[in-house]
Amino acid sequence: MATVELHKVCKRFGSVEVLHDIDLALDRGEFIVFVGPSGCGKSTLLRLIAGLEDITSGELRIDGQPMNDVLPAKRGIAMVFQSYALYPHMSVYENMSFGLEQAKLSKAEIDRRVRAAATMLQIEELLDRKPKQLSGGQRQRVAIGRAITRDPRVFLFDEPLSNLDAALRVDTRLEIAALSKRLPDTTMIYVTHDQVEAMTLADRIVVLNAGHVEQVGTPMELYERPASLFVAGFIGSPRMNFLTGQLAAAEGAATYGIRPEHIALSETAGDWPGQVTLTEKLGSDTFVHVAADGIGAINVRVEGRCDIAPGTRVFLTPDAAAAHRFDAAGRPIVRAAP
Amino acid sequence: MSAPEGTSRLSRQRIRSAWLFLAPMLIVLFIVAAWPLGRTIWFSFTDASLDLMSEAEFIGFRNYLEWVDFGDGEGAWYGLLADQRWWRSVWNTVVFATVSVTFETIFGLIIALVLHQQFAGRGLVRAAVLIPWAIPTIVSAKMWAWMMHDQFGILNDMFMALGLIAEPVAWTASPDTAMIAVLIVDIWKTTPFMALLILAGLQMVPEDIYEAARLDGVPPWRVFRKLTLPLIMPAVLVAVVFRALDALRVFDIVYVLTPNTDATRTMSVYARENLFDFDQFAYGSAASTVLFLVIALITITFIMATRMDLEGKRQ
Ligand SMILES: Nc1ncnc2c1ncn2[C@@H]1O[C@H](COP(=O)(O)OP(=O)(O)OP(=O)(O)O)[C@@H](O)[C@H]1O
Ligand SMILES: [Mg+2]
Repeated sequence: MATVELHKVCKRFGSVEVLHDIDLALDRGEFIVFVGPSGCGKSTLLRLIAGLEDITSGELRIDGQPMNDVLPAKRGIAMVFQSYALYPHMSVYENMSFGLEQAKLSKAEIDRRVRAAATMLQIEELLDRKPKQLSGGQRQRVAIGRAITRDPRVFLFDEPLSNLDAALRVDTRLEIAALSKRLPDTTMIYVTHDQVEAMTLADRIVVLNAGHVEQVGTPMELYERPASLFVAGFIGSPRMNFLTGQLAAAEGAATYGIRPEHIALSETAGDWPGQVTLTEKLGSDTFVHVAADGIGAINVRVEGRCDIAPGTRVFLTPDAAAAHRFDAAGRPIVRAAP
Repeated sequence: MSAPEGTSRLSRQRIRSAWLFLAPMLIVLFIVAAWPLGRTIWFSFTDASLDLMSEAEFIGFRNYLEWVDFGDGEGAWYGLLADQRWWRSVWNTVVFATVSVTFETIFGLIIALVLHQQFAGRGLVRAAVLIPWAIPTIVSAKMWAWMMHDQFGILNDMFMALGLIAEPVAWTASPDTAMIAVLIVDIWKTTPFMALLILAGLQMVPEDIYEAARLDGVPPWRVFRKLTLPLIMPAVLVAVVFRALDALRVFDIVYVLTPNTDATRTMSVYARENLFDFDQFAYGSAASTVLFLVIALITITFIMATRMDLEGKRQ
């Protein structure tokens, strides 16, 4: 059953329409990730669901009830802000209890909820501190803790990890994944532009582009069957190689797409001869940039270490079964079943 | 800024250039503040008068307090500290400062909260609000003096038309209303300054916590009490100290609007009277010295008291 439903939701700031006819239905307990390039409207969509922005037209329902005109505090949602938005003059405990006092809960119940959330996030020993006495990661936990105490139906995260360093980001990502397992009935909506976060956390990903929903699906669906050129280019790292011109035409497409990991590299024989221009060594993988004769620049992913010198002649062979073909409008051309 | 042993050449150099940069300000401060203050304090212990400044002789505390024996077994206390007029001036000053700063803070806060909102023409309103502050005090005092004129003043005209008063009030001349008149002008003039300082404080408050409060369902009044006010309090207190310092040495408004009235004579007016009008330079210096001490005492007390208060809130 869907907890959050959007029907033809539009959002206009003045005369600029930033979200166009968004239709979505999110199931209870699902972990949904909104991804898309900067400025595509991810935060705006999240804020519409939170009630921090008004919906220009269309309808939002949570658990079947229309929410367009319901105050944010009455929607059964909780939000974790990118900037944490902690109250700077209050202790961690007060930060978590302040909102609950508003909900007319008893002192004992408030205390129970705050301590339960603190235990869950291992921040018990920080309860008396002020936000400025906390590290970035600890502040993030407090912000999540504050959201948990509200016991929401829907949990909203707006790029919660973007202010953390790489190592902490991985840890916190795992914690958020664990959190969503512990709260199986709570729907999570998570905004990010980091596709690793999207792929690892999401039950389903919503790809947004310029205020439109491009595709909704599980991470693997998006990876294996992108519904548009945009999604194909956006999901997967490094980016899919897009080849146009003669080669694509020979395949009956406007654009021929092949992921770097679906190309075999050989120094002796293959379909596409070319010359190595650059290698990027990550240890676990090596990205080899090749200028293929008559085709263009192609990025190839080679597992492990690959000490191939720039200038070397190489041959590339694409895995035809994993290739994608797109028409001139950027729509995928479905391969006829063999 | 003393360099502990073993400090590197670089940090010694830094310390030297720090002194170099501070020097002009220290010199100027000495010339315009410390030196005149010292001279004033010195004169307060002498018998100096305006035309016999160089022949001033040390007479101890006699300007402040002196027991004069009339020779017939009777005597009386003389000196500044025994002068009723002086204590009346101190009282007037403290009343003026307290009332004006209180109202300016309240009105300034309200105006700042309004100006902090997003609305069309905000820039224009912001500039307009500052006009009273931009007008020189003498000009605005004169302007108000006319508006408060008992026969031709627009204030009486309006109040009579509204039926608030039955007959014209001599706002500045009557002892009952003179202080109110001075307060009105000062509050009108200085509220914008207060509003601006508080607005600066408001703009330092991060926007996102208001959104967090909206999600928490905190009603507006509680948002103000629990979030806005505590967060702008440091800015408000600094503004209050600034204004209090200013108000405690008020001179120009009183001098122009209600000259020579016991009801409004402030410490500064009293000191000036003695220094220049009554040719009691030494006595006036004593008044100036006590004025300095009173202001210092009140300000330090206020700062300490509010700091304690702040710590009380922090638990
Ligand atoms: N209050 C506003 N007034 C006018 N335009 C706005 C407002 N908020 C957002 N926009 C516009 O709406 C569009 C979407 O903004 P939004 O913040 O949702 O992007 P985003 O996908 O979250 O981007 P990012 O990844 O950079 O956070 C942008 O073009 C932005 O300029
Ligand atoms: Mg955003």
